[in-house]
Amino acid sequence: MKSFSVDVIIIGAGSAGLAAAVEVKKANLDVLILERDKELGGITLQCIHNGFGLKEFEEELTGPEYVQRFINQVHELKIPFLLNTMVIEITKSKRIYAVNKEQGLIEINSKAIILAMGCRERTRGAINIPGFRPAGIFTAGQAQRFVNIEGYMPGNTYVILGSGDIGMIMARRLTWEGCKVKAVVEILPYVSGLLRNQVQCLEDYDIPLITNYTVTKIHGRDRIVGVTISKVDRNFDRIIGSEKFIECDTLLLSVGLIPENELTYQAGAELSNNGGPLVDNNLETTIEGIFACGNVLQVHDLVDMVTAEAKRAGKNAIDYIQNRHGRELKEPEYVKCAPGENVNYIKPDRINMQNLSEKIIFTLRARYPDRRILVQLKDQNNNVIYKKKKVYVIPSEMVEIELEPKDLPLDSLKTIEIEIIPRPEVLIEED
Amino acid sequence: MQDKDQQITFEGYTCKRGLEYAQQEFYEPKRILTTTMRVENGFLPLVPIRTDKPILRDKLNEAMKVIAEKKIKAPVKMGQILIKNVLNTDANVIASRDLGRV
Repeated sequence: MKSFSVDVIIIGAGSAGLAAAVEVKKANLDVLILERDKELGGITLQCIHNGFGLKEFEEELTGPEYVQRFINQVHELKIPFLLNTMVIEITKSKRIYAVNKEQGLIEINSKAIILAMGCRERTRGAINIPGFRPAGIFTAGQAQRFVNIEGYMPGNTYVILGSGDIGMIMARRLTWEGCKVKAVVEILPYVSGLLRNQVQCLEDYDIPLITNYTVTKIHGRDRIVGVTISKVDRNFDRIIGSEKFIECDTLLLSVGLIPENELTYQAGAELSNNGGPLVDNNLETTIEGIFACGNVLQVHDLVDMVTAEAKRAGKNAIDYIQNRHGRELKEPEYVKCAPGENVNYIKPDRINMQNLSEKIIFTLRARYPDRRILVQLKDQNNNVIYKKKKVYVIPSEMVEIELEPKDLPLDSLKTIEIEIIPRPEVLIEED
Repeated sequence: MQDKDQQITFEGYTCKRGLEYAQQEFYEPKRILTTTMRVENGFLPLVPIRTDKPILRDKLNEAMKVIAEKKIKAPVKMGQILIKNVLNTDANVIASRDLGRV
């Protein structure tokens, strides 16, 4: 078995992994990227629509253009990478086992690891649609890959379940390619993707958006021939008698994404309630020297945010190698951060109180939409230690809060709870 | 803002760009077209492409047809012009990424 050592291993060559690799390489550390696909770039490559890069580059790019800029940097900086290489195990001592066709099983020792494996799509199994298992049922991202990269068309007439951005963008893409999209069906009372996509992908092409409905039966044995959709009540239970049949030969599912953390979990790192690893404010998992960034940590709204997070993970990995690796340091003290009212999850899950100098970036998602709200942090005694007004929150838009360490009562702080609550009347009158 | 000839009013915008966008959206909406083009001898069968500026929404379909008829030879470089001044829209169709040979 081939065995060697590097300073930093990056798992995944998507937008997160590439940005992290570039950051680490700039500090002259020895870095290696491992990628299971046959080329660098990850999922951003199949997102051929525009709307990327407004934050990172202040211009509007397509997905491939965005990620090409990072691929070019990888080549310019001569960062080594292995393609067609599948990581099969990560150990606590930061050793990695991977396989590829040329080298077989390889063992790589490292000082730090950056996890950048991205996320997976939820499938039919995750939402339990009854019926047979005919051909013609795809996740939206899977169809996107077929159409945009491989050059295959999955079907002719479509129903799309879920009004997330990928679903709406695929509705337009398929229409442009001459297919018929019969409807986009959404279980919630509102669109779950961006307004821009509702206008430019659905309304531009008169594609019906059916809210408060979900697919309750799949028809067809060999190939799907249609779906039954049913109206749902407030508990998402189907309303008997509301069923409608829609003929189609393909069903696309755009019903959410889950961070892909089999390797993380098996390495012994703790996961938190959003499916991503439990991390501190340095994006370090519960295993010292293993960091996480991008959609493997939390599913982001925009690739620009992935890049920003990946750069932070890269910087923190450099800092770890230069200042902490191989040293006997005392166990750091942590302040736990927990989601409170109307907060689905919060990152980081805890704050490392040792050498706290950089600003702390909290990212969270609401459970349900609300208007005229306060995002507030409370300490262990329920005292409000920080609050910020916001006009609205919706689950599909991540909330970001930046705090300087001096803004927090560091000496007395034990835990933080974050909640999103309606503003008290007094505050509303002030606006 | 009051449109003198047609008595159409634009309201609710908070900046000049917003007004311009609303007017453009109302009178003749434009979109950047992003799709793929067939590639010969490419590392992949398709290369993602885009128009380098927005074109009239009403011309998207026609542009799709022009693009569908064309096949280019690898290698392709990001930004490379693949169709000049497509349908006299003043926009070029350019490659969205590098694509090597097989």
